[in-house]
Amino acid sequence: MFELLGQIGRFTLTQLAAMGKMFIFLLSALGLAFRRPAKIRLIIYHIKTFGVDSLSVVVLSGFFTGMVMGFQGYYSLRKFNAESWLGSATALSLLRELGPVLAAFMVTGRTGSAMAAELGTMRATEQIDALYSMAINPIKYLVSPRIIASLIAMPLLTAIFDVVGIYGAYLVGVGLLGVSSGSYFSGMESSVVFHDVYSGFIKAVSFGLIITWVCCYKGFHAPPMATGVSQATTESVVLSFVFILVWDYFLTSIML
Amino acid sequence: MSAARAMIRVVDLYKSFGKQQVLKGVTMEFTKGKITTIVGTSGCGKTVLLKHLNALLLPDRGQVFIDSVDITRLKQKDLYEMRGRFGVLFQGAALLDSMTVFDNVAFPLREKTTMAEAEIRKKADERLDQVGLEGMGHKYPAELSGGMRKRAGLARALVMDPEIVLFDEPTTGLDPVLATGIHQLIARTQQTFGFTGVVVSHTIPQVFEISDYVAILANGVIEEFKPTKEFQSSQNPVVQQFIQGQTEGPIQVL
Repeated sequence: MFELLGQIGRFTLTQLAAMGKMFIFLLSALGLAFRRPAKIRLIIYHIKTFGVDSLSVVVLSGFFTGMVMGFQGYYSLRKFNAESWLGSATALSLLRELGPVLAAFMVTGRTGSAMAAELGTMRATEQIDALYSMAINPIKYLVSPRIIASLIAMPLLTAIFDVVGIYGAYLVGVGLLGVSSGSYFSGMESSVVFHDVYSGFIKAVSFGLIITWVCCYKGFHAPPMATGVSQATTESVVLSFVFILVWDYFLTSIML
Repeated sequence: MSAARAMIRVVDLYKSFGKQQVLKGVTMEFTKGKITTIVGTSGCGKTVLLKHLNALLLPDRGQVFIDSVDITRLKQKDLYEMRGRFGVLFQGAALLDSMTVFDNVAFPLREKTTMAEAEIRKKADERLDQVGLEGMGHKYPAELSGGMRKRAGLARALVMDPEIVLFDEPTTGLDPVLATGIHQLIARTQQTFGFTGVVVSHTIPQVFEISDYVAILANGVIEEFKPTKEFQSSQNPVVQQFIQGQTEGPIQVL
């Protein structure tokens, strides 16, 4: 009995300690991000790797998501003779929910895992120790620019995902299934309000932060060996997904 | 050895990782302007000891003094300042592989000084010449051989004109010819710059040629610490076992 209690206690303590370490990591990275000198060139470089390099996968997944929504939306709406609302149904679900979440998932797989692997390798090959020993704070040099870059790039990627998705659904709904083009866009115009747009962007910004935070943390603290790097990469992707979904529920419930 | 000339003093250092006790009361000092070598079997904690000297690791117990300042108690800001006095050559050179060799060598100058780009260029090129890598600056670390990477790492370690340079197994994984070359390079640059050198190695007897003092770390403590000549002729069974490479003896192997 006492043995079991002890185990529960130990487990809780180690989990709490790990969470505390993650938060301290985030706070110091954020604090250092806004301290001079700003690493403008590094930030631009990471906007490129985070944003531009993920563009193709985001466009592709956005397009197919939109096309699937065209079919599924048409199928459900037709049951209520409301297929002319396809445009508004697609736009609302993309802008409010699917755009930010799916774009974040794609970026986690594409860029987040790469970040964890890169930092993990830098840890294993002592490059992070080398930065410390050159009196350079590796969190400021490696993590902070990535965080700023993700805050800028993630909402832009989400916007692209939304737009491509809306046109994907248009292609299926209007092009294949015969919904009228005018009602597709006028329905969207009458039902989408600004709140829908910016709540999606608040999600996108916070998901960007979650991805860089979790993946950089996992990579930064990877055990210094090959299996350590692969383990850190896997954990970073899984944990990012979980954090994104939990945080998404939380944000949705307060912003509805 | 008088205390006044000691650049670094390590006092009763303890460090463990989980249940594994690595350092069990290490006490030694490093003389200013000389090269001190720490030898010992692989995995005996030489690198761990080295990483305590510039506070990459903090001890469980004990102190490390640089110029009589206890660096285990420094604040974050002073810690970074103190690390600036060190140059470190890591085991795998630890060059940043996202940038060229030249940018790696120029990196500390760009990040930590306000020197103009022209001066940085001149100084980084000079260091690359000194380690025999002239004209190699545009290559990426992945395109270099192990020996070249070590030399580039040395150029980077020396670019800030450090007072103390730490060498973590500078010749491990190199062939004997290249190993001698790196040793000569260390000796030559030490004469040029006059830094205090700390070398961690198990390349014996070659490493003795560049060392002023040699210490052996075994079973978590310094078993013997003497000027090189005396060390080589020491009758200490630990030293004898290590030099002759025997598995039987006071050093616990396996």
